[in-house]
Amino acid sequence: MYDLEDLKEKARQALDKKASFGGDLDLNTFDRSFVPHKYLAEEEICAIPQEEQKRLIMSGLDVTGHGRGGTYFQKDTSVIHCQSKEEGIQVIPVTEALKNHDWVKDYFWKLVPVDQDKYTASALLELHDGYVIRALPGSKSVYPIQACLYLDKENLQQNVHNLIIAEEGSELHIITGCATSPHVKRGVHVGISEFFVKKGAKLSFTMIHNWAEEMDVRPRSVARVEEGGIFINNYICMKPVRSIQMYPTTYLVGDNATAMFYSIIVGTPGSYLDIGGRIYLKNRGSRAEIIQRSISNGAHIINRGHLIGEAPEIKAHLECKGLLLKGGIIDSIPQLEGHVEGVDMSHEAAVGKVAQEEINYLMSRGLSEDQATSTIVRGFLSIDIKGLPEALKAEIDRAIDTSNKDSM
Amino acid sequence: MLVIEDLQVELAGKTLLKDIDLEIRPGETHILFGPNGSGKTSLLMTIMGYPQYIVKKGKITFKGVDITHAPINERAALGIGMSYQRPPTINGLKTRQMVDICAKTKVDTEGMARSLNFGDFLDRDVNAGFSGGEIKRSELLQLKAQDPDLMLFDEPESGVDIENMALIGTTIAQILQKNPPRAEKGKPFVQQQKERTKMGLIITHTGYILDYVPADKGQVLYGGVIACAGNPREIFQCIGQMGYEECVKCTI
Repeated sequence: MYDLEDLKEKARQALDKKASFGGDLDLNTFDRSFVPHKYLAEEEICAIPQEEQKRLIMSGLDVTGHGRGGTYFQKDTSVIHCQSKEEGIQVIPVTEALKNHDWVKDYFWKLVPVDQDKYTASALLELHDGYVIRALPGSKSVYPIQACLYLDKENLQQNVHNLIIAEEGSELHIITGCATSPHVKRGVHVGISEFFVKKGAKLSFTMIHNWAEEMDVRPRSVARVEEGGIFINNYICMKPVRSIQMYPTTYLVGDNATAMFYSIIVGTPGSYLDIGGRIYLKNRGSRAEIIQRSISNGAHIINRGHLIGEAPEIKAHLECKGLLLKGGIIDSIPQLEGHVEGVDMSHEAAVGKVAQEEINYLMSRGLSEDQATSTIVRGFLSIDIKGLPEALKAEIDRAIDTSNKDSM
Repeated sequence: MLVIEDLQVELAGKTLLKDIDLEIRPGETHILFGPNGSGKTSLLMTIMGYPQYIVKKGKITFKGVDITHAPINERAALGIGMSYQRPPTINGLKTRQMVDICAKTKVDTEGMARSLNFGDFLDRDVNAGFSGGEIKRSELLQLKAQDPDLMLFDEPESGVDIENMALIGTTIAQILQKNPPRAEKGKPFVQQQKERTKMGLIITHTGYILDYVPADKGQVLYGGVIACAGNPREIFQCIGQMGYEECVKCTI
């Protein structure tokens, strides 16, 4: 049942509730008022300044829409472009969807508890917008749908709520970028995401973060995967940011459901990144994999991974590797929890530096020491993500290449 | 030409090699024998320039350039390359990319890999989960792409199965220009021999490589010194019959 008043009441009581992890933010120091921006038609969106286009491309948003099945583009608090080019795929701003489509209420705040902390509470009480992306039963997106949440106003707290629904037997790929305008320094992004992967559906969700040095970021996301469903969640963050704290959670609630989390994090000095991943394997035959790669160039990075096996014949693996390149801290906290006999769970964690032996090996093939190091680092960051369309793989590789060049 | 004069090398404060004199002329391939721990790999690593092998005395000259203290990549640029016995795995770097790194110019990676029965491995991470024999073929593929003038082989046949032994052997002979002479363009064999430029230094325990590569000279490293030099087949026979200890007594 959807009871907005009840949700609001719960939220009000949680307005001062600190998050379990990460530094506490004083949200009163940020501006949450609406910032009007003009809706842009397709040709207008292509005319936005080159510098901004470049930043958007790095977050996966191609303004020309080339090779994309649809676009959602939100600047500050306003939707400036929203369309779907694929049959069977809906892309709707969440505020509009709540007004016009009753079915949306079956999903809104159904997975993320509204009173989890002050950020979830604020996201309900002062919601700006967000997207609903839904693949109708049996439909398959040929091209990924792109979404971008862009911050242009200084000191804004952007509150976003996204609903992603892959109906039975559908296949949906989404690439979503979060970025700030080149002039923006300070701000907060609160993003609620609820994922519904229904029976036999496949959803891949690739998120690229490109923030600013004084940005604080608090995503809250939960996914629910039904029988035979597959959920692939990729996260890439290689740019300076003040803090990110997130702990996306997935519930595998049907037999043979699968979830795979891949994250690539490069932390620069001054960044505090507390990034986790939690998967509940609640039914027989479920599979889960969490693969994390992080590099610290002077950041404080905490990698949490938590796998909970509650049914027999499940298989879960957690792999967490950290590379300290230029100082900083990498704190790996892998956790496995088996509740019944017949679970197969494992983890592998390592924190270290680039091996001199590997550098020497590459130098004997003709590379300079710097070239050798960056080749090894690039290799460290390339993980074979299964189940992604080629174009999306290439997109991820490009994002890593660009950021890698910048950060080395 | 590679010239090593009166070389003394330390690793972690321990002297591994001393009084080493060695000369490899263009076109020559030498075989290095010696029991485990005698310093063979250390000599190769020192020539390649691994910094943990500290040269305390002596000099290494290659193509007239003093490389005694040159970094690894400068030696590689000058034309020294190595086939390792146990190279490290580089996660995320595909063998295909590694071949491109080795080759200074565009090469036919696929064709080269096929000729080494290694086509299926191009899209695997370098050395990740490779068997002993696969590592050898991977190393040879890289060396072939790199095409250096001096090639150092650390036990190129260890772990290689019978089926691939001939392949490894003939490939090494080919890249070292030691193939049996061909009646090409009516060039006299002597001239073909003279035109050979590649130099090789091969460590072997089994001696199998001698069946494929006509080597010019054999040397025995024993306790960190070169204890014996001569015809490689003769030395190998001597070691086989009498063991290293006896063999080094009888020659020098």
